[in-house]
Parts: sequence; C-alpha cells; structure tokens
Amino acid sequence: MRYSGFRVIKEALTGHRGWKPAWRDVAPQAEYDYVIIGGGGHGLAAAYYLAKQFGGKKIAVLEKGWIGGGNVGRNTTIIRSNYLLDGNEPFYEFSLKLWENLEQELNYNAMVSQRGILNLVHTDAQRDAARRRGNAMILNGSDAELLDADGVRKMYPFLNFDNARFPIKGGLLHRRGGTVRHDAVAWGYARGADQHGVDIIQNCEVTGFRIDGGKIKGVETTRGYIGAKKVASSVAGSSSRVMSMAGMRLPIESHVLQAFVSEGLKPTIPGVITYGAGHFYCSQSDKGGLVFGGDIDGYNTYAQRGNLPVVEDVIESGVSLIPALGRVRLLRSWGGIMDMSMDGSPFIDKTHIEGLYFNGGWCYGGFKATPAAGWCLAHLLATDTPHETATAYRLDRFRSGLIIDEKGQGAQPNLH
Amino acid sequence: MTINRLKGGLVDHGAPLNFTFDGKTYQGLAGDTLASALLANGRRLMGRSFKYHRPRGVMTAGSEEPNALVELREGGRQEPNTRATTVELFDGLTANSQNRIGSLERDLMGVNDLFANFLSAGFYYKTFMWPRAFWEKIYEPIIRNAAGLGSVSFEDDPDLYDKGFLHCDLLVIGAGPAGLAAALTAGRAGARVILAEEDFLLGGRLLAETSGLEDQSGLGWVTQAQAELSAMDNVRIMPRTTVAGAYDHGIYGAVERVSDHLAVPEAGKPRQCFWRIYSKRALVCAGALERPIAFENNDRPGVMLAGATRAYANRWAVTPAQSVVVFANSDDGHKTAADLMAKGIEVPAIVDIRADAPALPGTEVLAGAQIIDTKGRLGVTSVTVRLANGQTRSIACGAVANSGGWNPNLGLTCHQRGRPTWNDHIHAFVPGADLPVGQLVAGAAAGQFSTHAALTTGAEQAVAALADLGITASVGDLPKAEDAPRAMTPFWHVKGAKRAWVDFQNDVTVKDVKLSHQEGFRAVEHLKRYTTLGMATDQGKTSNVTGLAVMAELTGKSIPETGTTIYRPPYVPVAMGTLAGRSVGKEFHPTRLTPSHKWAEEQGAVFVEVGNWLRAQWFPKAGETTWRDSVDREVTATRQSVGVCDVTTLGKIDVQGPDAAEFLNKLYINGFAKLAVGKVRYGVMLREDGIAYDDGTAARLAEDHFVVTTTTANAVLVYRNMEFARQCLFPGLDVQIISTTEAWAQYAVAGPNSRKLLQKIVDPEFDISNEAFPFMGCREITVCGGLRARLFRISFSGELAYEIAVPTRYGDALIRRLMAEGEEFNVTPYGTEALGVMRIEKGHAVGNELNGTTTAANLGMARMVSKKKDCIGNTLSERDGLNREGDYRLVGLKPKEAQKMIPAGAHMMSQTGSVDAASDQGYVTSACYSPSLESYIALGFLKDGANRMGETLRMVNPLEGTELLAEVVSAHFVDPEGGRLRD
Amino acid sequence: MLINHPILGPRDAAEFTYLGDAALIDRPNWQADDAAEAFHDYLYLRDNPAGLHRELWFHEQGDRSWLVVTRNTLTHEITSVELARDVALARGRGKE
Repeated sequence: MRYSGFRVIKEALTGHRGWKPAWRDVAPQAEYDYVIIGGGGHGLAAAYYLAKQFGGKKIAVLEKGWIGGGNVGRNTTIIRSNYLLDGNEPFYEFSLKLWENLEQELNYNAMVSQRGILNLVHTDAQRDAARRRGNAMILNGSDAELLDADGVRKMYPFLNFDNARFPIKGGLLHRRGGTVRHDAVAWGYARGADQHGVDIIQNCEVTGFRIDGGKIKGVETTRGYIGAKKVASSVAGSSSRVMSMAGMRLPIESHVLQAFVSEGLKPTIPGVITYGAGHFYCSQSDKGGLVFGGDIDGYNTYAQRGNLPVVEDVIESGVSLIPALGRVRLLRSWGGIMDMSMDGSPFIDKTHIEGLYFNGGWCYGGFKATPAAGWCLAHLLATDTPHETATAYRLDRFRSGLIIDEKGQGAQPNLH
Repeated sequence: MTINRLKGGLVDHGAPLNFTFDGKTYQGLAGDTLASALLANGRRLMGRSFKYHRPRGVMTAGSEEPNALVELREGGRQEPNTRATTVELFDGLTANSQNRIGSLERDLMGVNDLFANFLSAGFYYKTFMWPRAFWEKIYEPIIRNAAGLGSVSFEDDPDLYDKGFLHCDLLVIGAGPAGLAAALTAGRAGARVILAEEDFLLGGRLLAETSGLEDQSGLGWVTQAQAELSAMDNVRIMPRTTVAGAYDHGIYGAVERVSDHLAVPEAGKPRQCFWRIYSKRALVCAGALERPIAFENNDRPGVMLAGATRAYANRWAVTPAQSVVVFANSDDGHKTAADLMAKGIEVPAIVDIRADAPALPGTEVLAGAQIIDTKGRLGVTSVTVRLANGQTRSIACGAVANSGGWNPNLGLTCHQRGRPTWNDHIHAFVPGADLPVGQLVAGAAAGQFSTHAALTTGAEQAVAALADLGITASVGDLPKAEDAPRAMTPFWHVKGAKRAWVDFQNDVTVKDVKLSHQEGFRAVEHLKRYTTLGMATDQGKTSNVTGLAVMAELTGKSIPETGTTIYRPPYVPVAMGTLAGRSVGKEFHPTRLTPSHKWAEEQGAVFVEVGNWLRAQWFPKAGETTWRDSVDREVTATRQSVGVCDVTTLGKIDVQGPDAAEFLNKLYINGFAKLAVGKVRYGVMLREDGIAYDDGTAARLAEDHFVVTTTTANAVLVYRNMEFARQCLFPGLDVQIISTTEAWAQYAVAGPNSRKLLQKIVDPEFDISNEAFPFMGCREITVCGGLRARLFRISFSGELAYEIAVPTRYGDALIRRLMAEGEEFNVTPYGTEALGVMRIEKGHAVGNELNGTTTAANLGMARMVSKKKDCIGNTLSERDGLNREGDYRLVGLKPKEAQKMIPAGAHMMSQTGSVDAASDQGYVTSACYSPSLESYIALGFLKDGANRMGETLRMVNPLEGTELLAEVVSAHFVDPEGGRLRD
Repeated sequence: MLINHPILGPRDAAEFTYLGDAALIDRPNWQADDAAEAFHDYLYLRDNPAGLHRELWFHEQGDRSWLVVTRNTLTHEITSVELARDVALARGRGKE
C-alpha cells in the first residue's frame, strides 16, 4: 500500500477501513539465506537494503521484543555528519545523504528535518579544533560554517552570553544536520523491508549459535532453531551478550546513556545546540518537547536506567547555557544501553567464524548512522567486502593500532 | 458569593483572594487551588487539547491533571503547562490559558477538530512527503507552530533554587491514612522518619471523603496525627514535597515547593528545593488515581473524575455545576452522589453500568445504563444515556462525575524497571515483586483501597521496614475506619462510532487505539509511540491502563499479557531550575583563582578560563589598543630582560619513598633512576595504548623525593593514573604520592635578567650562579629572609629561566616583591598569551598537539623512549599502525608572507594537486604572531614532516575561505641550539 | 548509588571516578613472548558481563583509594567493596 496525502483523505472519508498492517506478522521459516539478529534501526535498514539494493532473498530479522525497541526508539534523534577523522567522516556523510532522501525512498514520513546543528566553542583551543574539524568536513563533501560570538548571538539570542562561567566564543554550524522522528525510522524500514519480502519476526530471542567447523549453520531461538547461510548480529547495547554465545570477547563495554524530554512548548529552540563547556545538547521535537541529553552515567550497566548525578549535571549545564529553561519542566528521563567501544568508533566487520558478521560498538552515535550502517552491513553480507566508506570499522584495529579515536580519549569507553 | 461556592470545606471563607485568569479578575479563598477557585466562579473551560484544540476543563484534583494547564505568572516567572489543580491560590495570582489562537472561548485552532478524521493516529507518517522540499519549508513549520503547549518567556528567572541532602531510616511517601499511620508507627519507635507529601495539607483522601473514619472526622484525626508527629524530633514533615524519582540504593529525589504558594519568595528563600534523600527504607503510600470510563464526547468541560468532584465539594467547597450526573461501574457512583447531594447539589441520575445497581434516595439510579454522548460547546449541557432497555434519554446537567475504578499509583514502585502485576479483584495493576531495593508499599498504592486497610497496612509495613533495620516498632491504636469491599465490574469504554477520549491531553481516542491495532502497532510500546497515548504532560496517569485495556480487547489477550509501558522518573514534571540548583550562570562550575589573582586584577589584567582556573591572559598598558600590542610587548620584554608569569596551575605531585625513582620509571617513557639529586628532567607520559598524553618535569630534591609537574589540563588525570599505578599495578613499590598543586604558588621568572632578579630575593647563603645552579638544576632554598621555597632552573620560554615556588599563602607577597625588586630590569608580568607565543616559538607541544592521538614519534621524541625498561604504554606503542612510514611529525610553519596569519585548524595540501580529503597532508595545531621573528608562525602535524623541511605547502581553510602558502621549517624557531637556556 | 568504602563507610558514588573492569589490575609482563597480544587483550577486550562485575572506582573526591567494587550490572546491587591495593597484592602484584 502506498502512502500519500490523497490516500489519507480517501481513508478519512471511508472510515479508515483500508489501512493495512505496516508489516506482516510472520512465524519463522526453517531456513533463511540471511538472518539478521536485532530488529532495531540498523537491523531493519540492513534487511531493507539487502533485499532492495543487493538482491538478497530469504531474509529474516529476529527481534527479541518489539521492533524499534532498542536505541532507535530511545535516543535524542539527531543526525549529522560533523566528524573529524578520515575513518568516520565519509561514512557519516554517506549516511546523511541517505537521510536526505529517506522519505521518498521509503514512502514514509520520518520527518527528516535539517534544522542545523551548532557546536558551541568557549576557548581559543576549541575554536582551533572546530576549524580543523570544519575543514575536514568540507574536504569530505559535508558542510560547515564557523560562527563568531556575534554570529551565534544572532542565531540564538536566548543563550547565556552575559553571565556565563564559560563565555560563548563562537560555534561550528552544520546546517545539514538536524533531527528525525526516531520511531518512524524503524517503522519505515520495517515496512519497506516487509514489502521486499523480508520476514520480520518479533518476540524471537536468539539463545545460541549453531557453529560447525568454524562455519555458521544457524541460530537457536525462543521460537526454535532457524538455519541460516549468513548471520549478522546488530544488537547494539547487547553485543557482548550475543557475541559471547559465539565465544567472542569484544572491545566493548555496555553503558547507560540517559536522555530527557521537557513538557511540550510552543516553538522555542529552532535547531540543535550543543554546549561546549558542559554535557548538554538540545533540540525541540515537532510535537514541542525539548529533547536533550548529556554524558553517559559512566559505569558498566545493562539496566536501562540511570542515576541522579548525571541528571543534575546535564540540567545544570542546560540551564547555564539557556537560562530560560529554568521554569521549563523536565517531563521524562530514560536510559538506553550503549555499546561503548574502545576508541569511540563502531564495527561493521566479518568475524573469525565464517558466515557470522558483526555490526555494533556504536557508542551513542548509532542513530544518525542508521541508513549507512544498514547499507554497509548489507554490502558486507552480500559481497563479503566492506563498503568503501566503512573500511576502517574493523574488529582487529586495536591489534594493528589503526584506531579511530575521534575524541582522543584512548581505551576508556566511558570517556568516548 | 461566587456562584459555585458551597459551604464548609477546608477553605477560609473569611479570607478572599483576588486573582486573574485570561485578564479577568476573580475571587477565591485561602485554601483554594487555582482550579477550585475557577470552578467556584463558574468557570469550567480552562484549556484546549493538544491536537484538536477541543475545549477542556479540569478533570482531576491533583497532579495527574491532563487538561487544566495554564501559563502561571508573567515575565521571568512565567511557567508554562502549570496544572491549575496544584497551584495554591495567592492574592494577585495571574494565570493565562495557553495553546490557543485568539481567546480561549474562540480558539481559531479549534478548526482542527473539524478535520479530525484526517488527523487520525500517525497520519503524518503517511503524507507531507511531496514535494520533498515542502516538508521543512511548509508543512513542518505549520505543524510546529500548531504543536506545543505553553510558551517560554525568555526573560531571566529572578528566583533562586536550592539543593539539599537528607538522611533517614524510613522515608514515607504520601501523608494519607497509610502514610500517617506509617509515620506515627515509625516515629513512636524512635526511627528517623521523613514524611513527604505532595499536597500542602496532610491527609490525602481523608480530606476529600466524608466516609473514611467511623468514630471521628478524617480531618480531626489528621490534625491530631500531625500534632503528634510535629512534636517528634525524629520526624521531619515535608508538605509541598513531591518525591519524583526512585534511584539506586535507597536514594530518592524530591522537590519541595518552598515558595510557590507565595506571590514572590521571601527574601533569601528559594522558590523550590531539590532534595536528595538517602533512605534506609522507603514506604510508598502514594494512593491511587481514578480512571475515567471512555464514552463519546467525554472530554467536554464539566466531565470530571468522580473522586475529584467529591474532593472539590468536600475539601474546597466548590462544584463544577449545580447539577451533576454520575457515571460509574461501582459503588463509587453512589458515594459520589450522596456526597454531592449532601452539599445541596442536584444529582439528576446515577448512570451505573451494573444491571443490579442498588437504588439511592434522592436520585434516580439508571442501572445497566451507559452515557453514550454529551452535548455543550464550551461545557457539558446534557448527556445522552442509553438505558438498560435500549432506549435513549437526554439528561440536562452541567457536569459529569465519571468513575471507572482506581489504579494504584505505581510510578515510584517501577522507576527501577520493576513490572507491576494484575489484580483481578480490583481490576488494576498493583506493585510487583521486583520493587526497588529497600522499598515497601502500603495503602491504596498497594491496592488496599479501604481506609481501614490503608491505616493497617501503613502501620504494618512501617513495622516490617524497621524490623529490617533492627528497630522494634509495633502497630499502635488506629482509628476505626470503613472497610467496604472494593470489588468492581471492569468497564473501560462505551462502544460507539464517534470519538471517545482515552488520553485527553494528546487527543487519543478509542478509535485511534483501534487504528493502531489495525495497522499492526499492537505491542503497548508501539501503541504508545504510534498514537502518542500516555506521552503528554501527565504521562498517561489517567489514560494508560484504559488504552491498553482497549488494545487487550482487540487482540483478545488479557490485560496483563498485553503489559504496560515503562514508568520513568520524574513522577511529575520538575522545573529544570530546581534540578540545576545554584550551579548556573557564573556558578556553573567552581572558579579557581591563582595566588597572584588579586594582584593581577589590580594591574588590570584580562583573564581567561583555563579549565576551572582563571588565569591572567595579558596585562594591557595605557595606550595599547589591541591585545596583540600587549602580548608582543610582554614577549619582547621577557626575551630582552625579564618577565614573570604565574604558573601555579600546573599540576604538582610530590613523590616520596625509597622506590620513588623506580616508580617514575614506570610512568615516564624516559628513565629517572639515574637522575642526580638536585636535577630536573623533562618527561613524557603515555597512556597504556601508547599515545602520549602528558608531559612535564620531575625534579629530584632528594634520593627518595621527587616533585613531578603536569600540564594544567591533566593535573587531575595524571594524579589519578599515578595512584592507579601505585595501588593497583605496582603495590610492592614503597612510594607515597600526594597532589600539592594548591600548596605551592609557583612563578616562572624568565629572560636574560632572571638570575639577577632572583638573586635579589634568594637568601645569600644560596648560590644560584650559573656554575653552582646550572640549567635543569633544582634546590630547596629560602627567600626574602627565611621563607622556604623551591627553585627549579627550567624554561618553557627558551630563555634563561627559573620557576620559583613558595607556600601558597605567600604567593601574593612574592609576586609583589618580584615586581618591586625587578623594577630596575623593567620586569614585565606576562599572561597565558605571551606564554603561548613563546612556547610556539620554541616548538613545545601543549594540549593542541597532545590531542589524544599523538605518539612520541609524532612529536619527534621517539629516541626518548627507553627500551631498557618497562613503562606504561611502552608495549602497545610499538604496534605497526602507530609506527608507519610517513606518519605525522610535528613541524614548524612559516608563511611566505610574514604578515599573513596561518589559521590553526587549517589543513595542509601540496602546492599542486586537488584540495580534498584524499590529498590532505596534515593540519595546523597552533599559530601565533612571533614578535621575535616579526612573522606569523605555526606548528602542525605533517605527514613525513621530518623529511620535508623547506617544502612549501598550501594552508587551506575552506571553512573561512582562506588559503596561503607556508614553508615547512623546524619547530624550534627561536634559539634552536638552546644556548640561552644555559647562559 | 552508594559505595560502602571499606575505610570510610557509605559514600555517594558521585565522589568516585569509574575506570572499568578490575581485570585492569592484571597488567601483563612486558618481557613475555606474547606481550603484544597479551597487552591487546588486557587493554581492549572485555567480558562485559550482564550480572556480577568486579570493577575499579577511584575515590577522587575523598581519600584517593582505588577500590574494587563487585556490582551487578543488571540491578546495580553492590555485594562487596575492597581496597584495590589489597586485591592487587593478593593477585601477586608487586614491583613489576
């Protein structure tokens, strides 16, 4: 069924009786060519591109709960390609280009909104770093503008310029960055994948791998054994748990990132703002809530909830940057589990087990990567070679030393 | 007398208060909320719904209110989305309705309601896609302007917020019958008790009901209990305090509304205070929330929860209308009708879905009937009832008291992701077994709905909680209370073709739930996210269970199988100012001042934030018009004579013990075992992954005593890592360390006349001549006639230079003395800018270069790495990927045109060839104007830089549209042989 | 969270800085034949268990002790707190 304004009107006039399920509810078959573990944004996007772009057949996505229930349904909805390093920026730029055409591609309005992202700078050294980054972005085909304090003030007069502990000296503006209605991304890819014949199987938890002679044979699940020629794990947050069933230890720790939404407000903040002197970034959803976040709690956890010190730290930063938030109320906080990798960058790679692939380690940057991660994982599954923008995301890079450390924090996951 | 004000209640009829709503002045009474005062004045219409902009009135009498949201106060104190039900009336209160265009009565956005059929759940995912550019330019702006609720004033909030910490044995959350019984029980046992109550009065439902206690009035017992508790030193009663979140290990976050009931806070008092409560045990006595039955047009102003109408009548002495129809599925309907009639309000009928509903004198009980529709544009004027026999009847009324049963208030019991269980007796979710550790539940929150059960479970759970802590308590005398059974017939919605609201604020109707089901969004989380059910400011407190009951009906599953969405903190929305407390504005972070700060201020220094420090950036002199004038002068004066700079911010770590040298060998790439006493050595530290992260010096004051310096930025990190090495990696080493950054004031004294200046203050018994105290010497000395000091002959500027340290309290005196004694040399104080210029001229790396991806080899220090010993980072620094041919190397850069600035952050490209990422040769890390060379200069990392001296490269900066040519040179611009250091 | 410091008693976790898995105490021997591989595994690979986790916390705003805290990563329940130095000595660490 194709969605359109015309269709909405027609259904409205005929009692909405024509709407069909966005994806089929199917039981697993005995065997697939491809099994993708994890019905999140990445897994569903991979299934979609594998079927549509790479001609894959007999594809299943296995989801232990309900699709879109992981980090794609629990994030701060930002998309951007403002990375510094060669291993990253081309990938995120590829992703941003896919976002820019997502609605037409999927015939689903995920509300991609390129409202602009402004990274504030507060010191000369930060400005120098922003200049290096902005130039790297432009050299990689992305966009960037360096604003001085007046430029920032013109754009966001309500920021704290006059009574700030760390005065705003400017900002790096990435106009093509923005926000997306996050749940809709999962649903749009699910619907698209379903239309291309992918089986999306919910409430189907993988409980083990069947491996024979170093080759993958299939997966054990709560709904029985499912044979597969190729299996990909795309379960950020639970990567260590799933891959440990294949005997693998990963360069990943699981951490909780809390995020926050305020009560609904009339238009307040047009774009995305990130504070350079504290842990805070913020945007406003189309519905009116201010969506914001900060740093991870910092300790290993699988509990999808955090604690007060980080809540207070984020909000202290927020009110320091935007004093008008003081009388705005925090409505809800939540926590998602991140695959925090050892250099802050992800993995899209084969494993030492033939036919077993791994996509994970996205830290808290997985959402913006969704289209490209899906595409690149599909590329790897279909061709057994990495996509040209994802060649650096190797599992063995810590052995080789070819690290992609965007923040320069070293092997300490909670600092990335 | 206002038209809907009744007699009695807990309002002060002798204390009228004036307030305005939408510019019109009204009168209420002390004890009113804004909602009760508006009802008293005959105002049912208080707001508009989110999507359809339907007229809305108050529905509840508590913080779960979905409809009656207002912008309270004005200017900097304006608070959007404030629940009229929780606002204590004060004289002069100003409130305005929100989310409307034009007046509340004639909201132009009400047109949305006409198109409701087109605005079904999730319609926006299916349209607005063509043409592509229209989404951001046309559709989205329209949607954003229509969405949202209240607005932000953007004026400065004049109020203060505070934070505090409390500790207790037992935190009792809620002061209804269960909470009061618990607090009395625990208080009498001598336990440390905190009793937190959201309302401004204690008592909970005892204040709202006439039927609670048997031998005395509810209020009478509450008053007596409060008096007893108030007299106990071990009990802290906290009214106006909402416990908003349950966190790990018994920590609760609570908001006390200290001054919200006043026009402005008293002088020095905060508006609100955020308390972090450390409890050994917590008892949730948060009561229950009533749920409405969904029926068509059940959202008109005047349609309220039955318990709320009782509360308004009994406690606040107001009624939404003189004629109220009751709709219920349990005896609750009879209770409501009886209470209202006792207050003289007409109840034309009780519409009771039960076929066997008993009669009630004074009104007509329509057994087996259902309300199928309502009428009235801005407030209900009549209801249409389908009788048991299938006939319909219209009944005129001004309000509907609607009760579909009660849901235990579960929020805090589920904040740690516990799952509630279903109770088939009360047809509601009750707390499950996986409560937060240390938490117990009593009263209605535990599904114990009678007053008797609330009192007894409250007391019993308090006894149980204290028994865990080894405190003996016993259930004392409790008042006799009603103990009526609460069995009920579950009934969620009246079937019909039109819209019956489930989530009132977000305009989610039964039809939307059906559409969600039809389109496959059947998991409760899909239902929520697709329809926005439960995502409004009330977080579904009155709607979630109803919504999932409808979904359960559609899927044929039971309600517990269908499950619930996740309860998340905060329980009610919390002002962000409160969570920020005082850590905002200039107080966002602490400010650290250097010992010379006061003196520097007197000199008119310009300061800069360096981490939490404030450091003098430069010292402008009369006649200097730009910062460059000052900085150039400071550099030149230092290089020509002598300059002084406060370097106290550098990390200083004292290392002592027989194994001190061995310990430093583990930390630095280079060796320290053979460093002679009285000598200083430069050292580089690696992370374990082989990346250089800090550099500094270690001075050997004695065989077993070193002083280590770190960069300002890494002072804390280096110390932490040293403690890790000492305690976790090499616990067998006999060494002790302590940070002394704050203990010593330290000044760099640099320039050809630095020795002469120091000789004037160093006590004469210490010979600091070049022979006696050569380059890289260190010594404990005294200055100014006996003041202990440390002198290091080290140089960051490249000049003959020293760093002198004295105990911090003498730092101010020392800078003044140095300046006075240095007058004859034209001694010049210099700031961080001049410091930076001189270090770039010398090619020293700082944070710009040590950016977390830099190896010792990148810095040109590969030969410093000792291969004869182990040190942190040594092994992994040898990985191939960190030692490739042609890797980055730190180089100097000189522009072809001396007066053209090379921007830090520019990228380097070959003179020929394209400008793109693939052609990138490196990047500029630091840049400045060098007065010594009379040219701009820069440092940067260049691929294979060591072998490219003399090459000319393009410094491209497409970000700002600039480009220039620069020559690759040695990073040591000034005195590369280091002769000046040794003079 | 509260951490029951073996010397100081219960302290808010906000006083501490977190490092990670307590296996970081077991730093390999730099002279071993497989040192490169051993250091790779030591520094980069993690068990990352869903359940009991022994982990290092530094009492940065306190007495500067490194602690080994045994905590459940599913519930955050803390079952033991030890001085990391004691743990390191018990695991045979000394001067190397």
